[in-house]
Amino acid sequence: MPVERYIFLAIALFCIGIAGALMRRNAIIVFMCIEIMLNAVNLLLVAFSKMHHLQHGATNPSAGIDGQLFVFFIMVVAAAEVSVGLAIIVMMYRNVHSIDINFLNRLKH
Amino acid sequence: MIDRMQITDILFYFLSALTLGSAIMVALARNPVHSVLWLIVTFFGISGHYILMNAQFLGIVNLIVYAGAIMVLFLFVIMLMNLNADSEPQKNKWLKLAGIVAGGCLMLVMVAALKDAETAGKEMQLYTGDIGLIKNLGKALFTDYVVPFEISSILFLSAMVGAVAIGKK
Repeated sequence: MPVERYIFLAIALFCIGIAGALMRRNAIIVFMCIEIMLNAVNLLLVAFSKMHHLQHGATNPSAGIDGQLFVFFIMVVAAAEVSVGLAIIVMMYRNVHSIDINFLNRLKH
Repeated sequence: MIDRMQITDILFYFLSALTLGSAIMVALARNPVHSVLWLIVTFFGISGHYILMNAQFLGIVNLIVYAGAIMVLFLFVIMLMNLNADSEPQKNKWLKLAGIVAGGCLMLVMVAALKDAETAGKEMQLYTGDIGLIKNLGKALFTDYVVPFEISSILFLSAMVGAVAIGKK
């Protein structure tokens, strides 16, 4: 299968994430759209690792394994990011009793 | 062989439609709980793609970490805040339209830029190849990548301490 199909799938997923993050005001849904963008990048990394393996797998049997390990580390970082981000959202809800991101404009004034 | 190619194509298009449709529903659903449930469907679609590419370890880890742990965390926070469709803040209609147009423009530019890229037409391996199996990934992870692996454990520890310190106040 040509690799463009996965490139275009990842682009579509990433742009859905961007459009969602721009058009919603609920902080949790914005956060979920960011997760969609991260997953689009993960999908593309795995697709490229399989492409690289097909081209260089004959000479180097472990060609392309780095891409899948990067995806593993991105998942680790994403899990840490979600725990801290949700803690920040809970703290914000406790302070202003809303998770509307338009309340977060104090740095503007 | 031809039958297998057709099955792969059908599976690819089915999983892509599932992933993209549920991702759109995440952005459009009124109720935040419905958004989380659609996001779980999205992650199942992405895991299906990983398994289609024979990256079995990542497919299972994606299910356990994202659909299992992270989504439970999201659901807990949403239930803790007692959010529903009525308390959803409404944005200006034009701003919503501007968000969709901005995302569409970015997609147009990226598709136009990558249509004739260097990788165009290069084949990739589906349903074969053993680099995604847990044996090979584990070997690479604990020999070449053992230092980043240990550093990521420190990152987890600091994230845990940070989440507790932020949430406790």
